[in-house]
Amino acid sequence: MNRIAVGILVGGVLGILDGLTAWFTPEARPQIVGIVLGSTVKGLVAGAIIGLFARKVSSLGWTLAFGTFVGALLAFLIAQMGGKYYLEIILPGSLVGLLTGYATVRYGRAPSPVAPTHM
Amino acid sequence: MTGIDDSALSRLRAAVREPDLSGTRYRLAGVAGTGGMGTVYVVEDTDLKRRVALKVLDLPDPGIEARLRREAQVLARLEHPGIVPVHDVGTLPDGRAFYTMKWVQGDRLDRHLTEAVTLSERLRLFLRIADPIAFAHAKGVLHRDLKPENVMIGPFGEVLVLDWGLAKVLEDATDPGAARSTGDSAVLGTPGFMSPEQKSGSSAGVDARADVYSLGAVLQWMIGPGAVKPLEAICRKALAERREDRYPGVPALAADVTRFLDGAAVTAHSENVWQRACRLAKRHRVALAIVAAYLLVRAVILLFTGR
Repeated sequence: MNRIAVGILVGGVLGILDGLTAWFTPEARPQIVGIVLGSTVKGLVAGAIIGLFARKVSSLGWTLAFGTFVGALLAFLIAQMGGKYYLEIILPGSLVGLLTGYATVRYGRAPSPVAPTHM
Repeated sequence: MTGIDDSALSRLRAAVREPDLSGTRYRLAGVAGTGGMGTVYVVEDTDLKRRVALKVLDLPDPGIEARLRREAQVLARLEHPGIVPVHDVGTLPDGRAFYTMKWVQGDRLDRHLTEAVTLSERLRLFLRIADPIAFAHAKGVLHRDLKPENVMIGPFGEVLVLDWGLAKVLEDATDPGAARSTGDSAVLGTPGFMSPEQKSGSSAGVDARADVYSLGAVLQWMIGPGAVKPLEAICRKALAERREDRYPGVPALAADVTRFLDGAAVTAHSENVWQRACRLAKRHRVALAIVAAYLLVRAVILLFTGR
């Protein structure tokens, strides 16, 4: 599986699981479906961006940093929509981005180098 | 009559053994090493202005000469970065057969591994030794004398398998006698690295699995005692007394070593649930650490904020 596909898959799955953790917050339970859907979309978008980055850059260190940044940025935008729970959303969101970044490099297939041709 | 001391005698012997290079393009530069069949000299190729290794018989002998020439021919058909290329073959003015090849500078494997080298580096090195052997097998050639002394590590990390003097050509349509030319009844190889079928002296019964055995012995020597169970199992399978119990070929042995390096299950070792769990945890330890950090953050948030 290529890195973009791995990023989307891992981002989506982690997005679902991350959204489901809202069940532990009693006041958020009534909106659990919307939270899970939003979190899944966020994960898919983050996964695609991180996968694309990993495909271009091919460096584990940079992909981890970029994944953390993208995870934190998207989580910040979500938190800003609600206007509260910044730390509770951004911190786990950053770790989801970090994990997605790691997964894309570790488990995704790197693009094949272009073979030189004889003139 | 005047006596002659031992050192003078050995110098005299060396001088007598020295190849007569007059009338050739080569000039003697030194001795690279000695073997059972002859001596390898470092010579200067005056035409191409480079140093090459010249292997020459110590004495003219038609039987051994045929082996030397066949070794050169075997090497010539094995064009691989892990096998020393042959440049020239012929007869010197003193009647001795010779061939020249690339002069390989570096460390022999047995000396190279005296330095601190990690297990994964040793295993990667082993895979690079197995690669030219697998290539030779694909070309129908068995090495039959694999041992650490016959592997050279170059100054840039290049790995070269040397001494194909005992090589056997399995099938050669152009030379039907080639497979018999090394002697069917002779015991050929090095004790400790030689397969049981080689020890029995049956050249006809030797196939690629004899080199699998020797590579298993090299692997066992490279990793040393106290290796983890999957690696022990790989060595045990490669070193099985019955060749039917060994890996069917070098690629299968190399694939199992690669699986071990990748943290995957090896075919030679059946693991229980606990061993499998430990291996998977080790293989995915970074991902598990990030998941654990995530769960910890979630637990801390839940504990302190109730959200």
